[in-house]
Amino acid sequence: MIITKPRDWARIIQNLESIGARSVFLMGCGQCATVAHTGGEKELVETAGRLTAAGYEVTGWTVGEVTCHLNGTKLDARKHRDEIDGADAVLVLACGAGVQTTADAIAKPVFPGLESLFLGTVVRNGVFEERCQTCGDCVLDMTAGICPVTTCPKGLLNGPCGGMWNGMCEVLTDRECTHVRIQRRLTEQGRGLGGTLAPKDFSTALKPGGVNIRDRVTHRRAGDREGAR
Amino acid sequence: MSRLKELFDTGEFVVTGEVAPPRGTDLSGMHASVDLLAPYCHALNVTDNQGASLHLSSLAASRAILDRGIEPIFQQTCRDRNRLALQSDLLAAWSLGLENVLVVTGDDPRAGDHPHAKGVFDLDSTQLATIARGMNQGHDMMGRDLKGATDFYIGAAMFPEAEPWDVQLARIEQKIEAGVRFFQTQAIFDMDKLQRAVDAVRPLGAKVIAGVLVIRSPRVVKFVNEHLAGLMVPDHIAERISAADDPAEEAIALATEQVRDIRSIADGVHVMPLGLDAAVGKILTG
Repeated sequence: MIITKPRDWARIIQNLESIGARSVFLMGCGQCATVAHTGGEKELVETAGRLTAAGYEVTGWTVGEVTCHLNGTKLDARKHRDEIDGADAVLVLACGAGVQTTADAIAKPVFPGLESLFLGTVVRNGVFEERCQTCGDCVLDMTAGICPVTTCPKGLLNGPCGGMWNGMCEVLTDRECTHVRIQRRLTEQGRGLGGTLAPKDFSTALKPGGVNIRDRVTHRRAGDREGAR
Repeated sequence: MSRLKELFDTGEFVVTGEVAPPRGTDLSGMHASVDLLAPYCHALNVTDNQGASLHLSSLAASRAILDRGIEPIFQQTCRDRNRLALQSDLLAAWSLGLENVLVVTGDDPRAGDHPHAKGVFDLDSTQLATIARGMNQGHDMMGRDLKGATDFYIGAAMFPEAEPWDVQLARIEQKIEAGVRFFQTQAIFDMDKLQRAVDAVRPLGAKVIAGVLVIRSPRVVKFVNEHLAGLMVPDHIAERISAADDPAEEAIALATEQVRDIRSIADGVHVMPLGLDAAVGKILTG
């Protein structure tokens, strides 16, 4: 899921002041931002209270079912048309993808209420760790299901680097070295110590990404007109 | 042909030193270091933005040292350049007469004086060694022919004291397979662990230059333990330095003992004087 954190409150207020907004509609998200405790019902109520206390009128709020889903968000916006019409601005407590669908669905100034951080694993409730870069060139088959691109601070495919000490990471000294973990798991599974991984293909991670399975484009990036069909 | 390689091939015990290029354009300090070290060293390792902090490039400094009459070991880290820049600099290095290259990962930018920098790490040190070997064979990493090949003597770093050893050993084998022919070790304090590493590397046809660090004061012990990656000064050595009436003299005596021990174990020694450049002669001849 996409991990988010609340955006600095002063920046939110600055954004609203930049257009002279006095009334605000709030949009949350029922998916990642709800699980991350940043954009669910509870956080929307809190934010509405904070805005009211700061002198703003909150015309309404809704937790979008899947706010990054464009058509779903358009539907949500229609359901709350009057409250949105009455607002000078919309504040979105969702990831950057949700902010953008909201901005596409609503013809009002839309501002981000969260900062989007990473694609995360929920280690336990309220504890999130980054495990995947969405690089489009997965090496997990060779690294015992542990991503060195993401979990090694240097993103080395072959390691450890010279900073490893007693199995621990040089940069994040309270963590085990990713490469020690990989080699241990490979050994435990009788898979040897693994070979040398070749330099990574970074062209698969070029932005902006795009996939269209409706037109039988199995995987391509936006702008790649010769994408594999 | 690399003089370093020739010396190893003839069975000479190789002595290397280390110089850091300046943060600025005034080379006089570096040259003073070179002049102190040159009478005792076969080659000098020239660091590449060491400690992830800004210095004049290893490429330019290596050439300056060559012009001063001593063979440089051009160090290349993977931290600051992508694969195009690294290959381009390898070609530049060869064209400037630099025949030894030491490929290392590089410290994380967060450890240096530009902590907001993006760490590139497009390649790792093993991949870079493979590419350097390919350039020796006349092609770039995409397999395209070069108009004029290189003939680098390729080195890499090794960490005999960092456990787990089985992981380190796998890395060493990987690097040798990639084309590495000599290793420069992190500072050695435990000669048994150095022996273990040399025993593993020799049958695979690579040479080992063992690192010696001159720890001139308790403050330096603290610096090493807190700021130098992959290195911890053992307690008994830290105590020896802090208990001495003259810690600098004690550090020189310790380094001298270490060099003597290393002569019977490894293929060479790499002295990192950490400011005590003037003592290097004594350490190597004592």
